[in-house]
Order: sequence, then C-alpha cells, then structure tokens
Amino acid sequence: MTQVVGSDSSTMPPSDPAASRRALRQDRAERARTAARSIGEGFITMGVVLLLFCTYQLFWTNVSSDNQTTAEISQIKQAFIIPVGPPVSGQPTTTTIADGQGYGLIYIPRLGSDWVKPLVQGASLTNLKKGIVHYATNAQPGEIGNFAVAGHRATNGEPFRNLDQMRIGDSVYLQTSDSWITYKVSRIIIVKPTDTWVLDPVPGKPGVVPTTATLTMTTCNPRWASYQRLIVFGYLADKTPKALGPPPAIASLV
Amino acid sequence: MYGWVWRHMFGPWPLKVIQSLILLVAVVALLFLVIFPWVEPRLPFTDVTVNNSPQPTAPQVPAQQPSDPFSSSG
Repeated sequence: MTQVVGSDSSTMPPSDPAASRRALRQDRAERARTAARSIGEGFITMGVVLLLFCTYQLFWTNVSSDNQTTAEISQIKQAFIIPVGPPVSGQPTTTTIADGQGYGLIYIPRLGSDWVKPLVQGASLTNLKKGIVHYATNAQPGEIGNFAVAGHRATNGEPFRNLDQMRIGDSVYLQTSDSWITYKVSRIIIVKPTDTWVLDPVPGKPGVVPTTATLTMTTCNPRWASYQRLIVFGYLADKTPKALGPPPAIASLV
Repeated sequence: MYGWVWRHMFGPWPLKVIQSLILLVAVVALLFLVIFPWVEPRLPFTDVTVNNSPQPTAPQVPAQQPSDPFSSSG
C-alpha cells in the first residue's frame, strides 16, 4: 500500500486529511481486488474439480472396473481348471456361493464378438464393479426358476452398455463349473425401478411355483439416467455338461 | 487463495514448485480415492437393479409405492 501511495504521502504531514482519505480509498480498492480474485479462483477451482469428476466417472471407473473384470475372469478360469468331482448325492452345491464370489462366465455375442464377463454373486455396487451380478435370492443358472442378473449400462466397465441392442431369439451363454447353459431372449421391456415383479420366480406371477428355467437381465434406462429399467427376459434353451465342450458360437472365446 | 498458499510455502521458488506439485497430487488423490467414490452412488448412473437394492445409503423403496417414475431416481 505504502509503495502505491509513494513519495506524495511521505512528504505530507500524517495529519493531512486528504492524504489519509486517499490511503483509505487505495486500501479499500486493494481489498476489493483481493476478494474478487479469490472468488474467481474459487470458480476456476470448481470448474477444474468438475472436469476431474468427469474424468473419474467417464474414464477412471472404466479402467478400474476393466482391471477387476479381467482379474475376476482369470480367477474363475483358474477355478474351472480344477476338475469337478462327482455330484454329491443330488445336493446342489450352488447354495454355498459367497457374496462377491465370481462363479461363472457370461458370453453374449450380440454385445460384442469377444464379450465375456464374470458372473458375480450378490447385486451390490461393489460387486457390480467386477462384472455381471446375480440377484442372490434368485435361481442359479440353468435351475428351474428365474435366474436374474444386473449390470452397469454406463460407467464402471459398462458391460450392459448396448443391452438395448438385444433382439428376440439372441443367445446368452453361461459357463459354470460343471455346465454350458444357453438362454434365448424372449422379451425386452422397459419398466419402473420399483417393478420388482421382473425378479419373481415366474415373472409377474408372485407366489406361483416355477416349472421352467427363465432369465432376467436388468440395467438402467435411459443410459445416463435412473428413472426406468431395461429388462431382457429369456428362457433356458440348452444345458450340457462341461465335458461336451462349449457351444460352437463361443468356442473361439473359451 | 493460491497466492496465500504460495506465500506460505518455504524456500526458493524451485522448492515452492515441488511443494505445489506434491500438494496438487495430494488433492487429486483425495478427490479420486475418497470424495468421488462417495459422490458416485448418489448419482443416477449406477442404478441398474430393480428396487434400487444396491444403494446402501438410499432409503429402500417399498414395492407397493405409487409408481411415480421420478420418485426413486437419485
């Protein structure tokens, strides 16, 4: 401040009212500049933080999820190499799958010629970062009942990004520790987020005991919003033992 | 704000540049590792299950709730 006022003020007596008024004005102007600069810096900072968030959401979550997905797939493939013992007196071993455990691979040629994702137990956000998640209380792949899964449509690896391109009759292949399972798409609809009936053992018929094996896949719709859900229904078309080898359509991916 | 931070760093300017870079990395790490992951579930991109079940922080939507399409976004 004193430098700005300069030699003028130094030559004048300190009691000069004009000089002190000038100094006060200068001081106020400087404070106003500092305040304006701080506000400007705040706005610029907010802009940079928002850009960083876009980077995080649109780029980083995908990188991070792709790594988790790749690790999960190789882990599952490792587990599949271990030979499966004879079935234990008809008791299904699938009931013991822990939350977050990857226990199968899903292949959907319509979503990409090399589209393969891990099947992870439990529909939580943590598990969704790894791949396609299984609603834990629903039937297991190939079982009588409704096998229901969910996957991200946008961000976090976005495995179901193009789920809207599925068509009636498309195949969804599953590889489990002991079988090859094929579902065929039968119906594609858009529902409200509260329409949990799509997960019913017989979708839309609560309390009815299922007699067939069906498939439900859910994701968000529209892609960047959450006020609807895209639902793809299917039915079990084929189930063969692991020893018979993969279905021809995905043989090159296995 | 940034001027204040610059004035409160010690040493000659090359040292201040190094301190600035460390501070920048620390802030970005805090955003990417703590703040953004906290914000993310509160945005609509991750709602992919029916009944919003994967949202640990959101109140559970009762199944019999009247079907307002915008009621459960978020």
